[in-house]
Amino acid sequence: MDILKEIAASLERGEDDRVAGLVRQALEERCAPLDILNRGLIAGMDVVGEQFRKREIFLPDVLIAARGMYAGLDLLKPLLAQEGVPSAGRIVLGSVRGDLHDIGKNLVAIMLKGAGFDVLDLGADVPAQRFVDAAQEHGATVIGLSALLTTTMPVMKEVVELVRARGLAGRVKVIVGGAPVSEAWAREIGADAHGYDAANAVERVRALVAAGA
Amino acid sequence: MKSLLERLAAGEVLIGDGAWGTLLMTRGLEPGEAPEVLNRSRPEVLEEIARLYLEAGADLITTNSFGGSPARLRRYGLDGQTEEINRAAVAAVRRAVGGRAFVSASVGPSGHVLKPYGDGDPAEIGAGFERQIRALAEAGADLVCIETMIDLAEAVLAVRAARAVAPALPVMATMTFERSRRGFFTVMGASVEQAARELGEAGADILGSNCGNGSEVMVEVAREFRAHTTRPIAIQPNAGLPEPRGGETVYPETPEFMAEQAKALVLAGVGIVGGCCGTTPEHVRALRAAVA
Repeated sequence: MDILKEIAASLERGEDDRVAGLVRQALEERCAPLDILNRGLIAGMDVVGEQFRKREIFLPDVLIAARGMYAGLDLLKPLLAQEGVPSAGRIVLGSVRGDLHDIGKNLVAIMLKGAGFDVLDLGADVPAQRFVDAAQEHGATVIGLSALLTTTMPVMKEVVELVRARGLAGRVKVIVGGAPVSEAWAREIGADAHGYDAANAVERVRALVAAGA
Repeated sequence: MKSLLERLAAGEVLIGDGAWGTLLMTRGLEPGEAPEVLNRSRPEVLEEIARLYLEAGADLITTNSFGGSPARLRRYGLDGQTEEINRAAVAAVRRAVGGRAFVSASVGPSGHVLKPYGDGDPAEIGAGFERQIRALAEAGADLVCIETMIDLAEAVLAVRAARAVAPALPVMATMTFERSRRGFFTVMGASVEQAARELGEAGADILGSNCGNGSEVMVEVAREFRAHTTRPIAIQPNAGLPEPRGGETVYPETPEFMAEQAKALVLAGVGIVGGCCGTTPEHVRALRAAVA
């Protein structure tokens, strides 16, 4: 089997401890790091994401696959940087102030990394200002906000307003998600997008980055 | 007073209470603050909420200890106060209800994903549940209410902890399911059938589901539980799934709507009907009237 397909398949099968070895092997076989990323790791995580979306697999399976992906990414990242390969985009992500839920947010981070994005995860309970500060500091073009409580959702609006107040609207896009968060809420607060699940969040972020470029 | 399990065995339908978080927030709980802090700083607020639900007709009143496991309190640097915080949670509800309702001692998830998928050490998480439940039991809880669980392994740890340190107390264990094309599963992948079997084997007296779904969908969850267990079933739905309305987000199910569904829940064989996110004393009043 093609080594890149083997990498993807190992992620899909949850053989996380094989991934780093296969990536090393691919590098020895002179595969380009970007090919290994795109046709190996990203291709595998795409399938994992789609299976999770259909609930053919569950969160533990995704977490195992993510572990394999991270092991592979750790090997590729310095090589990609050396070759000056840009990431799919840079995104700052976190659960908003007052919200300590992070399972959904972590899942989105995994899927974004698995799709080749450079993700800065600010964690949970993050105040509005820190999102915008971090986006500016790190040159992120997308801010991802998660909330699981109806009571913390207004913080999302604060972030959108702060992005506007700092004259970043259009250059820094805001995407929102979380169980109580809807497309209608995103529109109401002026956010650029809503992701209804982790896989959808990746699609929407891709679209935001493409539209901004 | 007849015991909880005797009343359920006799076919009586008991009413649980509704959401606490929103009521705590309108009474001074700050965003980002551990709700359990109020147990010691403002117990009068807990007593007031417990009385609201008691007056609305609840037979079980939940304690403000959902996040009272040491693993969870550690996020706020409060794990050293696990015993005090959990005892205070029970004491406040006891004072308010004075024997007129069962004090249902809430135990929520640890907030860690268990190994090998996450960083949670099962032995440590289990010991943490024992520590929390011991304090809840010593303070006079009438039952242990393990709720909003998504990982069956963690739920089983909590049930076993309760059985070990509070063998005299009934244990209720409810999980949060999502509907998929293949049926109901928790996000960690436990089916209703697995939950019914493993929670039962671990020693839970009452099984069921809370949170994650509105009352209509919960009727289906209840039917599935009934197909897989002979034990009493508890169902505590959200007031639907939140919708944005005029700059804020509201839970759409009215007390009247939920009361209608409560009748279907009872027909499906549910013994305890209560509410989760978005439900209020008005919802509980309507539930009480519907199943009276």
